[in-house]
Amino acid sequence: MEALDNFLPQVWFAILALFLFLYVMLDGFDLGVGILSITASSEERRSILMTSLGNVWDANETWLVLMGGALFGAFPLAYGTILQALYIPIIVMLFGLIFRAVAFEFREHANTKLFWNIAFGGGSFLAALGQGFALGAILQGIDVDLEGHFIGGTWDWFSLRSLLVALTLIQGYVLIGSTYLILKTEGELQTTHNTTARISAVTTFIGAVYLTITTPIFSVSAREKLFDAPLIYIFILIPLLGALLIFLLLKSLYANREAQPFVWTLLLFLLSFIGLGLVVFPYIIPTQITIYQAAASPSSLVFMIVFIGFLIPIMLAYNIYNYIVFKGKVVGERY
Amino acid sequence: MDFLADTVVLSRLQFALTAIFHMLWPVLTTGMAIYLIVVEGLWLRTRDKNYYYHARFWAKLYVLNFGIGVASGLPMEFEFGTNWAPFSQAVGDFFGSVLGFEASMAFALEAGFLGIMLFGWERVPPIVHYFATIMVAIGANLSIFWILSANSWLQTPAGGEFVDGHFIVGDYFQAIFNPFMLNSVLHMFFATLETSLFVIGGISAWYLINRRHAEFFALSFKIVLAIAIAVTPLQLYIGHLSGEQVYHYQPTKLAAMEAQWETIPAGESPSWSAIALPNDRAEQNDWEISIPGLLSYILEIKPQLSEPVIGLKAYPPEDRPHQIGMIYYAFRIMIAIGFILAGLMAVSVLQWLRGKLSAEDLVRQKWLLRTWILSAPLGYIAVECGWIVRCVGRQPWTVYGKIRTVDAASELPAGNVLTSLIAFAIVYSILFVFALYFGSRIVSQGPNFNLPVPGENTSSDFDTTPAKQIPDSRPAEAQQ
Repeated sequence: MEALDNFLPQVWFAILALFLFLYVMLDGFDLGVGILSITASSEERRSILMTSLGNVWDANETWLVLMGGALFGAFPLAYGTILQALYIPIIVMLFGLIFRAVAFEFREHANTKLFWNIAFGGGSFLAALGQGFALGAILQGIDVDLEGHFIGGTWDWFSLRSLLVALTLIQGYVLIGSTYLILKTEGELQTTHNTTARISAVTTFIGAVYLTITTPIFSVSAREKLFDAPLIYIFILIPLLGALLIFLLLKSLYANREAQPFVWTLLLFLLSFIGLGLVVFPYIIPTQITIYQAAASPSSLVFMIVFIGFLIPIMLAYNIYNYIVFKGKVVGERY
Repeated sequence: MDFLADTVVLSRLQFALTAIFHMLWPVLTTGMAIYLIVVEGLWLRTRDKNYYYHARFWAKLYVLNFGIGVASGLPMEFEFGTNWAPFSQAVGDFFGSVLGFEASMAFALEAGFLGIMLFGWERVPPIVHYFATIMVAIGANLSIFWILSANSWLQTPAGGEFVDGHFIVGDYFQAIFNPFMLNSVLHMFFATLETSLFVIGGISAWYLINRRHAEFFALSFKIVLAIAIAVTPLQLYIGHLSGEQVYHYQPTKLAAMEAQWETIPAGESPSWSAIALPNDRAEQNDWEISIPGLLSYILEIKPQLSEPVIGLKAYPPEDRPHQIGMIYYAFRIMIAIGFILAGLMAVSVLQWLRGKLSAEDLVRQKWLLRTWILSAPLGYIAVECGWIVRCVGRQPWTVYGKIRTVDAASELPAGNVLTSLIAFAIVYSILFVFALYFGSRIVSQGPNFNLPVPGENTSSDFDTTPAKQIPDSRPAEAQQ
């Protein structure tokens, strides 16, 4: 019975990680393209950037809604505590997402595009910033009492370190957005984003290296875990693989490949994600509350696995189908 | 201005504001999705291009609403955590999982197929496109199922017990299918459909009265009217059933809806208050106009009450709602709109039976068209009023009889909530204005008859005005 009680929260931790990864990957390029739209040199180019997202942005945001719902149901304690602690970054993210979501339609109909261009680019940036601060704050830990209720201050989430996490995440989004655009566009626009991809690959790498090196210095629990066998081998392996992927990514960018940069970036995201997951696990509210303490009752977890678990392959299938239907370069869509 | 420093009040205001604003958009998209299934199905069956252009035209309004709906829906989900953390932690086992089901079964489905529905006309075969449209509609309407199940559970919590303030689910199906669930889901389903029908009907009437594409919009006018024949009376009946449930399960809400301060024993046939000025402090209505003997008919369709109506004064002030006037009038406005829309449907059907709904006859019936145009926003008002009755009337409870709203709110600095509340108010006001502006712009531009029809090669070239060419190809006229 105890094995089961441990197993179910672990399954939900894995499912949440999957949702979060899908979200960060898919809305990552969404937000990245949004941030890049600030730099677009003409309205025509900006239109192409937005069209490349037109059919997928809402489906991509599904994974955030899904992650919210699953966290709420599977780890109610963490849901309440984390969101309350991160009130400001979450609200910032929500406003960012609101601005960019309405910009898709409003810009289309507006005569003066400027306002909605700002809403789209600025909203994407705000959303990424809010998410980055939230991630940074979770990684550095949230102050809770013995029962896991938030007891910290309103501005706890803000620190130089969480700012650095936020900036790195933004760089990562710009990188995956750029590689997505290399995949979806042609000609000069593609060349432009090959350049933005190269720059952001380097800046992401710098941020990631700094964070990787300093994590054991800042976090006691991470330090204890990281220097224990067998995890230490994994933690040596991850930076090495990361460096290799960055090398492959830059090489494919210099060789003007179309699909490879996106694939290498995805793998980079996956690798960072696994690294972060291992640092955080088994905590759901770092650095005090574990998934076992925060989990809903076993019957709830089982029920949710039945209802949501069997839908995961179906959701993946129709989302993949959506991407297949719209594969290839962006063309103007009429509707 | 004490409330400006009261986090609970501010969080309530923020939730109310975000919910009221959010509700405006999915109301149209869920209902319109069904209309889109109908017109696309008719197109596939008859291959009459007009139905295809209907699908394309209304989809423009659909997507405008959908974007704002998604954008304003996200804050709803996250507010449970940010502003109502103790509530989330107490009932997340059930409430959170239901929101998870909504996301995975409903919203994911709708968003996953929306791209194909909007942009996929030339990329997938028509039957696959139709499948996508159906999935969008199913997804949207499944959202109603799960969200209303969750909200009904707040009204009539079932399927488990509270242990140390933490809800432990015993029987999931009992919790999901709690006493209020079925009626609430149906009431909301028909509310979105009815609202959408009268929006589509109202916009069609606007085109008719301006004699723009009259034949084309007479078609949508009649489709809408045909569906409304079933929807409007059913909605009145389900509304009645919902009221009966409140009578049985939520006596404090019923008393507030009727501004009833004194208890009325069973067996009486009390009068029904039509207009009143409720005074919460004096615990009475300062004045009222009432109709003798009507209340038992409204509650039970019977001449006498079979159970007592318990008055507000029977409860200590901390155990009953206090915005009595708001609840009382919201309830009456909702009912009035239900009857107005049913009446408008009946009058229009009468004209139809008299053979006066052809495009030429319609454009001359200005009084009828004007009534439809003016009725377009009524559904929204009724829906918002219904939610106010439902959720303000539930106070002081968040989970009726179990968790008080004051205990459900996060302890946040009031300044934070006040700031976000003001930001929401400003941003949502701007979005509302622009949505109306762009929506009316889509309407004033009208349908684009130059879009290529899937499966036809030559179609993108014709540029004659549709009003001239439609009469040639109208088997639909005869079918109806």
